[in-house]
Amino acid sequence: MHANNEIGTIEPIEEIGKICKERGIYFHTDAAQSFGKIPIDVNKMNINLLTASSHKMYGPKGAAALFIRKGTKIEPLIHGGGHESGLRSSTVNVAAIVGFAEAARICKREMKKEAQREIKLRDKLINGVLKKIEGSQLNGHPKKRLPNNANFWLEGVEGESIVIQLDLMGIAASTGSACSSEKLEPSHVLLAIGLKPEQAHGSLRLSLGRWTKEKDIDYVLGVLPKVIEKLRKISPIK
Amino acid sequence: MPIYSKTIVEHFKRPRNVGKIKNASGIGEAGNILCGDVMKLYLKIKKNKEGEDFIEDIKFETLGCIVAIANTSLLTTIVKGKTLKEALKIKREDLIKSLGQPLPPFKIHCSVLAIDALKEAIYDYYQKEKIKIPEDLEKEHQRIVKTKEEIEKRYREFRELEKEVLK
Repeated sequence: MHANNEIGTIEPIEEIGKICKERGIYFHTDAAQSFGKIPIDVNKMNINLLTASSHKMYGPKGAAALFIRKGTKIEPLIHGGGHESGLRSSTVNVAAIVGFAEAARICKREMKKEAQREIKLRDKLINGVLKKIEGSQLNGHPKKRLPNNANFWLEGVEGESIVIQLDLMGIAASTGSACSSEKLEPSHVLLAIGLKPEQAHGSLRLSLGRWTKEKDIDYVLGVLPKVIEKLRKISPIK
Repeated sequence: MPIYSKTIVEHFKRPRNVGKIKNASGIGEAGNILCGDVMKLYLKIKKNKEGEDFIEDIKFETLGCIVAIANTSLLTTIVKGKTLKEALKIKREDLIKSLGQPLPPFKIHCSVLAIDALKEAIYDYYQKEKIKIPEDLEKEHQRIVKTKEEIEKRYREFRELEKEVLK
């Protein structure tokens, strides 16, 4: 994974790629979250295979890309009519692919400016939440993270409750709380970075995008502390 | 169809009977350390004209998801004013029915916690007042305690495993 979808942490894939290259190991990276948002250099990063997804970068749903370095042998998973050089049989979704390419073109053109803009807003959001809400903590790396991701642990509250309170106020968010997963298990990502299940229980992910404005951040910073206060008030654990 | 009914959202937005009761006649706790929900229910019990115990007042505190909060709120509105005998008859199915639309299957367990906390509060009252505990309630109490122990055991095992993996 080049960048993690939940906590936005950017992994040191250049170093991983180097290790793989030295040992003659094929290196595949899932760049669904990072593609179009931060620079990727498949040569510098020693990447053999890279996957990217259209709908994660403002393209239409139903298209994705697999970069294959020349000489990397792969086996098809879908057999049949021999489409896409025999690697993935099935009628090609031309409209989605054209949309994907155009979305990628726009992302590349706007990347530097857009990333700077989002980082500024993201940091305003992160600093605002940490300052305004007692018992809050940032999940993931403070700097080595995607420009559009903020993920918090908010002590003494349950994530799904936060998400729905925010939804009622017009804010879309997500959580790694077990209560919101069909398997009733906390996010494995949050557990892997050392959070306890009860801490993952109070996690909140807020994502930014091309259409997020400063006034949206201000709105969240106005609403979220009130939501947390309300939920903490009805909790038996004070 | 939205996954949660209007009743759930309404009770979640404005939970009824939130808080504590000082010198409560009975206090019940239910929860699941693994999923993180904790619930506390307070009862004020008085005798009615017929000399039966009834719930004069009820308050709750919940740390949990929308279903846990809304369900407890709803349950408090249902049992307030009822005799303990009537309150003990309320089943999970009754509560789910009052919600107006089925819960997603993986959220049903959240609706059990409220009833468990109520049973525990009544159990606590009977114990304090040295009233003979009905057989059904004793069984339910044993089940709740056992489930709690099992979950705590699972949690400890999980933490042990984690420590080992991180070594």
